[in-house]
Formats: sequence, C-alpha cells, structure tokens
Amino acid sequence: MTSNKMFNILVPVISVLIGLLSGAVIMLGFGYNPIEGYAALWEGAFGDMYFVGETVRQVTPYILTGLAVAFAFRTGLFNIGAEGQVIVGWLAAIWVGITFDLPMYIHLPFAVIVAALAGAIWGFIPGLLKARLGVHEVIVTIMLNYVALYSSNALIRSVLSDNQDKTDKIAATASLSSEWLQNLTFFSRMHYGILIAVFAAIIMWFLIERTSIGYELKSVGYNQHASKYAGMNVQRNIILAMVISGAFAGLAGAMEGLGTYGNMSVSSGFTNLGFDGIAVALLGANTAIGVILAAFLFGALKVGALNMPTEAGVPNELVDIIIALIIFFVASSYIIRWVLLRLKKGEK
Amino acid sequence: MDYVVEMLNIRKEFPGIVANDDITIQLKKGEIHALLGENGAGKSTLMNVLFGLYHPEKGEIRVKGKPVNMTDPNVANDHGIGMVHQHFMLVEPFTVTQNIILGAEPTSMGKIDLRKAEKEVQELSNKYGLKVDARAKIQDISVGMQQRVEILKTLYRGADVLIFDEPTAVLTPQEIIELMQIMKSLIAEGKSIILITHKLKEIMQICDRCTVIRKGKGIGTVDVADSSVDELASLMVGRDVSFKTQKTPAQPKETILKVNNLHVKDSRKVEMVKGLNLEVRAGEIVGIAGVDGNGQSELIEAITGLKKAQKGSIELNGKAITNLSPRKVTESGVGHIPQDRHKFGLVLDFPIGENIVLQTYYKKPYSKYKVLNYKEIYDKAEKLIKEYDVRTPSVYTKARALSGGNQQKAIISREVDRSPDLLIAAQPTRGLDVGAIEFIHQKLIEERDKGRAILLVSFELDEILDVSDRIAVVFDGEIVANVKPEETNEQKLGLLMAGSSEEKVGVVNDLE
Ligand SMILES: Nc1ncnc2c1ncn2[C@@H]1O[C@H](COP(=O)(O)OP(=O)(O)O)[C@@H](O)[C@H]1O
Ligand SMILES: [Mg+2]
Repeated sequence: MTSNKMFNILVPVISVLIGLLSGAVIMLGFGYNPIEGYAALWEGAFGDMYFVGETVRQVTPYILTGLAVAFAFRTGLFNIGAEGQVIVGWLAAIWVGITFDLPMYIHLPFAVIVAALAGAIWGFIPGLLKARLGVHEVIVTIMLNYVALYSSNALIRSVLSDNQDKTDKIAATASLSSEWLQNLTFFSRMHYGILIAVFAAIIMWFLIERTSIGYELKSVGYNQHASKYAGMNVQRNIILAMVISGAFAGLAGAMEGLGTYGNMSVSSGFTNLGFDGIAVALLGANTAIGVILAAFLFGALKVGALNMPTEAGVPNELVDIIIALIIFFVASSYIIRWVLLRLKKGEK
Repeated sequence: MDYVVEMLNIRKEFPGIVANDDITIQLKKGEIHALLGENGAGKSTLMNVLFGLYHPEKGEIRVKGKPVNMTDPNVANDHGIGMVHQHFMLVEPFTVTQNIILGAEPTSMGKIDLRKAEKEVQELSNKYGLKVDARAKIQDISVGMQQRVEILKTLYRGADVLIFDEPTAVLTPQEIIELMQIMKSLIAEGKSIILITHKLKEIMQICDRCTVIRKGKGIGTVDVADSSVDELASLMVGRDVSFKTQKTPAQPKETILKVNNLHVKDSRKVEMVKGLNLEVRAGEIVGIAGVDGNGQSELIEAITGLKKAQKGSIELNGKAITNLSPRKVTESGVGHIPQDRHKFGLVLDFPIGENIVLQTYYKKPYSKYKVLNYKEIYDKAEKLIKEYDVRTPSVYTKARALSGGNQQKAIISREVDRSPDLLIAAQPTRGLDVGAIEFIHQKLIEERDKGRAILLVSFELDEILDVSDRIAVVFDGEIVANVKPEETNEQKLGLLMAGSSEEKVGVVNDLE
C-alpha cells in the first residue's frame, strides 16, 4: 500500500526531472545556456507578483480540465472531448454574461452553472451513445471537439455579435475578475476562478472517494458485468460519468470566459486546454490532489516559458520542444516505473 | 532410470511470501507425473520457474542430467519444454495456425508461408488425434478445442516435456475423457507430461507418480499405484478429509421459489429455456443436473433479473419477481453465487472489503445520504473474512490478488450473510481444492438447516449427488426428471442428462 503511494509520487517527480534534464541537453545542443534558460523560466513563472498572478490564472483552467479527464479515467472512460466541453462552456458563460441583467450574486453563479451545464451536455452525448449503442467515447468526443469549435465560431459571428470576430465583454456582474487580486499582482489577469477550481477538486475527491455515487461509477468502470449483477444501472452510470466529467471541463471554459478574457473570439484552432488536461491528469495520477499539483507545474511551465525568449534568448519553438519532452517523459512514466521496480528488486 | 527434467530444492519468494520452499520434482521419461496441491500451494509458480518465467532464489534445474539456467521461456523451448497455461494465451480473431506460428513464423523469401504451416499443423493434429481444424478461428471454437490448440503450439515448437496447468478445470466431463486419451497418445509417442491438478480422481486414473506440495513446501513423491485417494488428499491438505458430506435428511417447508412455464432466450436470441417448471422449498437443496448449455445459465439469469424472461412467471415467497431489475430481485431476498466469479462475482480491482458490500453499499450503515462509511464497511469485511476463513493479507487487498478459493469464500460470505430466502449457487466449487469444496458444501447445508431454499447448479455429478436433497435434471431447456439422490447414481443421471426418459432409464437399471 505505502510503497504504491510512494511510487505514485516518485514516478511523476522523476519524469519531470528527466524532462527538464533533457530540455537542458537540447538547449546545450543548440548553444543556449540551460541554466540561464531555466532561470528565465522560473523568473517568468514566479519572478514577481505579476508572474505569480499569471501562473495562477493559467493553472485555474488546467486544474478543471485535468479533473475532467481524471474523473472520466477513474470511471473507466477516456474523455478526449474536454477540449470541446471547454469551448461550449466558455460560449455558454459568455452568453449568460452578455445577455442577462442580474445582480452579481445571481448573475455570476448563474453563468458559472450554465457553463458547467453546457459542458455536461457535451459530455452527455458521448455518454449516451456509449451506454446505449456501445459507440466508443474516444471517437465521439474527438468529433464533438470539432463540432464545438466550428459551431461556436458560427454562433459568435451570427448570434452573439453582429458579424464581428469576437463577442462583447460580459457584464461586470458576471465577471470573476477582481480589482483587489489585480492590484495585488501588478495587474495580472488573475481572478477568483482559482477558488472554484480548488473547490471542484475537493468535489471530485469527495465524489470519487467518499460517496456511494463514486463507488458505483468506479465499479461500472472496472467491471460492468459485476456491477449489473450487483444491481447497479450500468448505462446510467456511464452517462453520469461523462456528464460530470464534461461539467468540470465546462467550468474550465467559464474560467476563460468570465475570468481571463471576459469575452470569446472566433478561433481557427483549439484552446488546447482540454488536451493539456490529459497530460495534467496523467501526471497527477488521476487523483484530485495530483491534478492540482500537476496543473501548477503545467501552468508555471506555460507562463514561465513566455519569458525564455526575451530573457535568455531561447526561441519559442525550443521552449515548446522542452515542454513536449516533459510531457513525453510523463506519458512514458511506465518505463520509469519499470526501472524503479528493477532497482527495488536489485536491492533485495 | 534417467530423468528428463529435474527441479532440485527450488526456492522462490515473492514479496512477503515464500511460494516455493525447497521443492524437488523429478520427471521420468514417458511418465505422466502429477503435481498435486491446494490452491495457492505454489504449483503454478514452480512450473513457471521451470518454464523460465520466474527465477528461483535457490535450487537447480536439470534437463537430461545437465544443469540449465532457465532465463526465459525461449530457453525452456530450446530444451523441449512446453507449457499449456491455466489461462490460454491465444489471439481470438486469428486462426489456429496463425496462433500456433505466432512468434516462430516460417517464412519463405520474407513472406509468411501460411499454407505450409497449415499443412504442418494439420498433420501434427492428426498424428496425436487432436481433431483441430488448422484454419478455424479461435473465437469460433470451444474452450476444449482452444486448449488443444495450446497443446499443438507446444508440439509445433518441438516440446518433449509438456506441462499442463490445471487443464481439466475448464473442461466438460466428455472433454476431460478426450484430453486423457490425448495425453496417453502423447506418452505413446515418447513425450513426458507434468499434470498440475487438485482433482484426485484424475490422478488415480491417468498418472504414474505424484509429487505433493503443501503451502509451498515439498511433501514428497508417491507411486500412484501404491496410493489411494484418501492418502493423496490427506497429504495435500495435511489432515484427513471427509469426502462424503455430512448431513441430516432435509425437512422442506413452504415453497420459496416457484418457476412456471419459463421461456428465456440467450444473447443470440436462441430460446434456451423452453417452458421450465421448478419449485424449491425452504429447508431443501435442489440440485440442477445437466450438461452445460441446456439452459442452466439462462434460468439463473432470468431468476436474478440479469436476463428478461419471454414468457412464464417466477415467484418468490408467493410474490411475482418476473423481470424485476437485479437490485429488486436481490432486495426481495435472493442471494446468488455466480458461475463466473471473475466476470460477475467480484470487482477485481476493488479491495476485498469493498467487494463485501457490492450489493449493500447504498444502504445503512454502509452509507448515509450517499456518503460511504468506510469504517462500517471494513468492520463488516473483517468480521466476514474471519468467519469464513478468507485468507487475505488484509481487507484492503485487491480481490484480484486472492486465490480462486478465497475469492469464492469472499463471495459466499457476502451472499450468505445477507440471509436471503433463496440462495442460488452456480458451480460454487468450480476450480477449487478439496479443502475449500468441503467448506462450501458445509456452508450450503448449514444454510439449508437454517430454513433457506437452496438452488444448486453444477456440472459435477459428484457434487449434485452429494449435496442435493432433490435433483432436477435439465435437458434442452426443460426439467425432464425429478429424482432423489439416494435412488439414483451417476450412470442413471448421465442418461437422463442426455435426454433419455425416466422410464427408459428405469429399464436400463433393471437390466443391470
Ligand atoms: N506474481 C506473484 N506475485 C506475488 N505473489 C504471487 C505471485 N504469483 C503467485 N503468488 C503467490 O504465491 C502463492 C502460490 O501461488 P500459485 O503458484 O499460483 O499457486 P497454485 O498454482 O498452486 O494455486 C500464492 O500465495 C500466490 O498468492
Ligand atoms: Mg495455479
């Protein structure tokens, strides 16, 4: 038991270290100073309050998409559709933000909830198809990512704006941003969403580990036959798992819409928040606390990396490669697991 | 006498457990050598050491007198050792031949020569009377046939020594007889066989010598001809075992289960239960005897709500439970020890403790307002594993890590503890050793004496005859005969199960 837990901590830590190390080798190979490079990265992530604020802002949606993927994974499903669920959540939040005129204590929760609902509906579709027809959720969620991207573009142009490339800003009563936080962090875009994200992580932990709902969801994920034998409704649980997972991702969209940007633009490509969520979940071993830690790492890398070209002259492309390497080593963590097991055996 | 394979003083440890402790087994050329031991005794481990899958901490392996370092299965292959594993290792969508050549594909000019391989495989099959169609797909052939493909695989790779790991556990009685024929023809061709089993009857029938291991320790090797079932059993278990289950005559009371003109289709929409009638009363064990595939599974699935009944009714305590959901059926007082414990009985990746509450997790005291109370859950589990002697490192151990017998005991503890009015036991002792079988039979009888109705489905006639108070013979989806165990025997039951009418069987008996 304990050695298993230690493993779950040790493996991602070592993956990250190896990733950083190989990033250093690459920088050396291209004639850049890795110490300077990583110093710039650190500086760019935590150098002063502004950077800290920006890091936290980036961490916020990562936590939520990480939770979405991790939750699905714990219940035996692979949600590649967090990306699309983020987009519909974002769009729904903006819609509520610009169309309604309500006092803040209603408007803001309303917008957040509608975003979660939109993500949930986007998760419901693959859940339903899987439960009823046995269609694999990976295929459906990938397709729905595109549906989400292009239909939201169309809706931004034709419904939420007058043929513009972006929507209006949301009403202040629906905004998550806070003057106090902005002042504290030299006008970073940090917003109250981090509280929602951490709260969501607590919900995920509680739901999965402590409730009979989570017990059922996990049971169905592990063994549908035994679950049916035990009197659980297998189809309903599959759908519910996708719905909850989608709701987490929808919340991530709300963070972007209500917190960071305050509007939504037509986009030719994905936000990547959902895809990065897969890596976050993986690195976080699909646990709530793990996801929070992994999201911090990814957020810091993402924000800090912006500083590498200016401070250390490391080009953007190289930064992307380094980040990709870290993800690669995390993803192939089973190799590290294997090596560790070997070492442990050798000790005996 | 020379030995083809010798394993001398083998010791193999797993974290926290010594699976093999100073075991010696020596295989003579041309013999069938039984390796006997209870579940978890370390038989598979020992053979995996021989096959190069595990590396022993101590001891020596010799092939034809020469020490060999079995680093991996390829080395074992090179020395002519082949293994038919307990769990088959076949690729379902591939044909027999494709599976056999997998990893050792014969090529001509870089291309796999399937035709040639098919011919070789077919010849090999014919030579040993295996009756395998080299071109059939694995997914289309029976379990018994799949096992023969595994045998062919080892032969194709030139094995002289064949290890069979509990080969009969998955076979029907007819298939077991055929397998024994095959083993004899293998011996006739000069092969040697190690047969892992805990079925004593098989050892007496076919083996020359028998090596017994108990809890990882080598107990010794005996000549089967000089031994007896009783001796082997006590060597294996370490105490005397009673084969005849002790019980008093049943005192049946009110009717608990009443099945009326039931019709059920299987997943391919073929009608498997065709107008079946059955009654089980409180305080009796009704055994369903029949060859596999005559509607037993569908009958149970219909009673427990896992499958819809097309027609007819099922009553429990006088109330209709026809086509209720599994949960409703469970709640109305039905316990079910399922035939396939891995598929239905357990969530293998859940700790044993959480498996104990698989049907009751949503109820008080295990949860309140949907919040689980782990203390109650694990307290309950602790209590049950003590009471039922489930051997597990702890209640937090995953069910997957337990041996088959202990998994089954855990399921039985869960089902019996709910004190259901009707307990359905489907193949409750399949694949278990005599110690566990004895325990489970006693439990069933205990429950009967507490006034529960028990429906026992088994393909083992011994079990049916031994445990039941009344036997209902099922054939082609109907109960074709109701007999008393003391008024029948294996031969008569066998005929009834094959579809002969009761009167005819009576005549056969009279002629004898
Ligand atoms: N890979 C393994 N890791 C740890 N323990 C194992 C492993 N394989 C078997 N064991 C343990 O070793 C013992 C012997 O198992 P096994 O050889 O499978 O028994 P048998 O085949 O006689 O039923 C059991 O207690 C089992 O739990
Ligand atoms: Mg075994």
